[in-house]
Order: sequence, then structure tokens, then C-alpha cells
Amino acid sequence: MHFLSFKSSTRRTTMAQTTVEASKNTQPSRLDPSFKNEVLREHDAETLKICFQCGTCTSSCPTARFSNSYRPRTVLRMAQLGLRQKVLSSPTLWLCTACFTCTDRCPQGVEVASVLRVLRNLAVKRGEVPLIYRELASNINETGYAYKIPEIRHKKREEMGFPPLPKPKTVDIAKLIELTHGSKLLKR
Amino acid sequence: MAQLKYAFFLGCTIPYREASYEISARRVFDKLGVELVEMPDANCCGLPVDPANHEMMLALSARNLCLAEQQNLNIITLCTGCATTMRKTNLTLKTDKKMKDEINGILNQIGMEFKGTIEVKHLVQALKEDVGFEKIKNAVQRPLTSLKVAEHGGCHLLRPVKYMGWDDPEEPQTLKNLIELTGAKCLDYLDEAECCGYTVIAIDDRVALQLTREKLKHVKDAGAEALITVCPSCHLMFDVNQSRIERAFSENYNLPVLHYTQLLGLAMGMSPDELAIKELRVDPSKLLQALP
Repeated sequence: MHFLSFKSSTRRTTMAQTTVEASKNTQPSRLDPSFKNEVLREHDAETLKICFQCGTCTSSCPTARFSNSYRPRTVLRMAQLGLRQKVLSSPTLWLCTACFTCTDRCPQGVEVASVLRVLRNLAVKRGEVPLIYRELASNINETGYAYKIPEIRHKKREEMGFPPLPKPKTVDIAKLIELTHGSKLLKR
Repeated sequence: MAQLKYAFFLGCTIPYREASYEISARRVFDKLGVELVEMPDANCCGLPVDPANHEMMLALSARNLCLAEQQNLNIITLCTGCATTMRKTNLTLKTDKKMKDEINGILNQIGMEFKGTIEVKHLVQALKEDVGFEKIKNAVQRPLTSLKVAEHGGCHLLRPVKYMGWDDPEEPQTLKNLIELTGAKCLDYLDEAECCGYTVIAIDDRVALQLTREKLKHVKDAGAEALITVCPSCHLMFDVNQSRIERAFSENYNLPVLHYTQLLGLAMGMSPDELAIKELRVDPSKLLQALP
């Protein structure tokens, strides 16, 4: 299959290399038993501890069908064991579509998608952030919107007699971002 | 019955790239007698940054809830992502006192407080629970009986069940019922509840586009003449990105993708122009010509 016409080839190359390197690494990884406690105390992630590795999540995962490396069950087991470095620096962590099928189908009631979100949040705290999230956060910080709305959209609305788009108080938005430690996410 | 009135939450994707959804929704609501009150100070629902910072999502989302509380109105939104995010925040803060105190501590610094007095509904839930099938049926003036379509509700319409829970995400019925009220036939197809892939397109477009492509294939195989969506992001994948998928895989789908509000508007007797149908990327004119 050819993906030559797609844009983000650089990103994919990086990810592919990381995967290859990871598979060559035969050194056992250091376990950090305290890692899972960091995850468990976060909102909707306390269920990590009751995962019994049945694999319903991976078999239900839309991404897993088209990715060679993204396997939610494996990520959860690594988190339980305390493979901090391996989990948090894995680029495939960002391939969750947040469809929540895994969460809804889990026979144990593990909130799989939320555990994965907590892991991504922890990766961000270490400074590992895909560029897109910096862009989205910066846009929100500046305009209140995740995307920069082109001027033509405003004009078109006016022509159609539609109410103007909301203009949120960006001072307040920026304050919320600062108070939730979101400033680190912003583009420098 | 008192007139239905909502705080109208637009979100980001609709004004950014999917204006036709808003235009058609406003026309339809107007005819159904539903009043939409603007939210001039609303911000992004927070979902786009949830993978990076959950607390930031909660605060952004809660700010919108506070604005609607001040208006003393329930929120209606056309975007499934905004719906699931604000419902999650609303229910979390209503039931988890510790979380509520934490977020209120942040909101207080911009002079706001979450009280927990309103509800959030997506268009489809509101049409089912508040407007009612009977009223919609009565508003249909031109049943689209010759038309065969398929539906894609989108994951966030019904998932996670913990925060949604008003229809079964494995066997969803509501959108199908709503489609059939227009007179069109809603066909079943393989893996109907599968994700469109939108949320990972900026991380890995191969994965995202393969998910969309597979769904297009299944919809086409079922014999549908159009796909009906109720989310601006899903619509972007199926409509705007359809030509990109066709080029990448050397395939030809030519499947028009309509917002549900456009389908309903047509059945209510509105013209394609009124419903901004010409803004769709995949040309639906053949389909429109065949309509009664």
C-alpha cells in the first residue's frame, strides 16, 4: 500500500524507528512499583489495578487493527508492572482515538481509555507532547477556540444574517490554562 | 407545552470547517419551534486538550457549563465530542465533591462557580427526548421514500456509557429512527459502531484514513446512496477527506455525506440552498434529482 501522498511522513518515520529499536532492546527494563500508584490516583484511572488481561480492549480497538504497535492490553500491563519509561516514552500511546469502545466492553469495568489518557497526561508532564497538542492548546489560549477561525467565516455569517460567533474572554481562558498547569503545553 | 429553549453551544469544528451543519440545524430548529439562545462568551469544550491535560479540559468545559447556568438554560450541541465532554464534566462535578471543589477553586479566580443546575444534550438526544418523534413526523412534508441511506452516529454520541447512557452504543436505535421519520430507508452495514478515526489524524494519518476508508466501503457495499452523520468531525472524515482516501487507495466511492439536519430539512420541504447543501464536498446533486 502506498501512502506517498500523505503529509506527515516525518512523524511516521520517527515512530517506525522507535518501534524497531524497542523490539531490538533485549535488556530487561527497570520496574518502578510506585508508578501504578501515580496512575491510580487520577480521575477515572483507579480501575487499572483490576485489569486481568483478557484482551477485550485490544480486540475491540479500532486503531489496533491498523497499527502494528498499539495494543491497549499491553500498555495496561506495562503500567501495572511499573515500566514507566517504556510506557511514557512510547509514541504509540498517542494512537488512542478515545472512542471508549474498550471502556464500554471491558468485562472487569476497567476504564481503559481513561487509564490511557492518564498515561498521556503523565507523558506530557515529562515534556513528551506531540506538536498538535501544543498547537491546539495555544489556539485556545489565544482565541478560546481550538482552531483559528478564518476571517471569511465571520464575514459569511454576517452576510447570512447569522449571529456573530462567540468571542470568549481570552484573559479568563488564559488564567484557567495557567491554573491547570497548561502553560507548559503552549508553543514557545 | 412551553416552547423548547436551549443555550446553543457551537464548539470549534463547526465554525472552523462545517458551517453547513450549523446552517441546516438552525433552519430545522426554527421550523420545529425550538429556540436557540446564543452563548456569546463560550469557549472550546476542552476535548482537544484532554489527552494532554485532563484538568485543563475540566476547567474549560466547566466554564461553559457555568455560562449556561447563568442563562438558566440546558445546553444543546451539534457536536458529539462537545456533548460527551461537557456531559462528562457536568456529571463528574455533580457527583464528585472533591473534584467539584477543586475545579471551583480554579473557576472562582475568574469569578465563576459551578453549581450543577443544568443538563447537556446532543442534537440527537434532544430530538428524541425533548422534541419527540411525533412532532418531527408531523413536520415532514416531503417524505424521502425513494432514498436508501446509512447512519454513522460517531463514538461520542453514545460513549462512554457511564456519561452518556441514553441509547445502546452496540445497537444504536435513535438515529435510525430519526432517519426513518424522513421517509428514507436506513440500511444496516458491517461494523456500524466503528470509529471514523478523526481524533488521531494528526498523529498518524494512515490509521485514521484506513478507518474511514473501511467504513466507506461497508456503507457502499450495503447499497446506501448517502451516509448520514451527526458530528462535524466524523463529517470531515467522510466528506472532506473522501477524495484524499480515493486518491491514496486508488478507489472510487462518490458517496454523498449529509448532516442529519440536512436530510430532515429536505424532508420538511426546505430547498437544498437553504440547507447549505452546496457546501458539501462530495456532490449530492444526482441524489437530490432522484428525490420525490
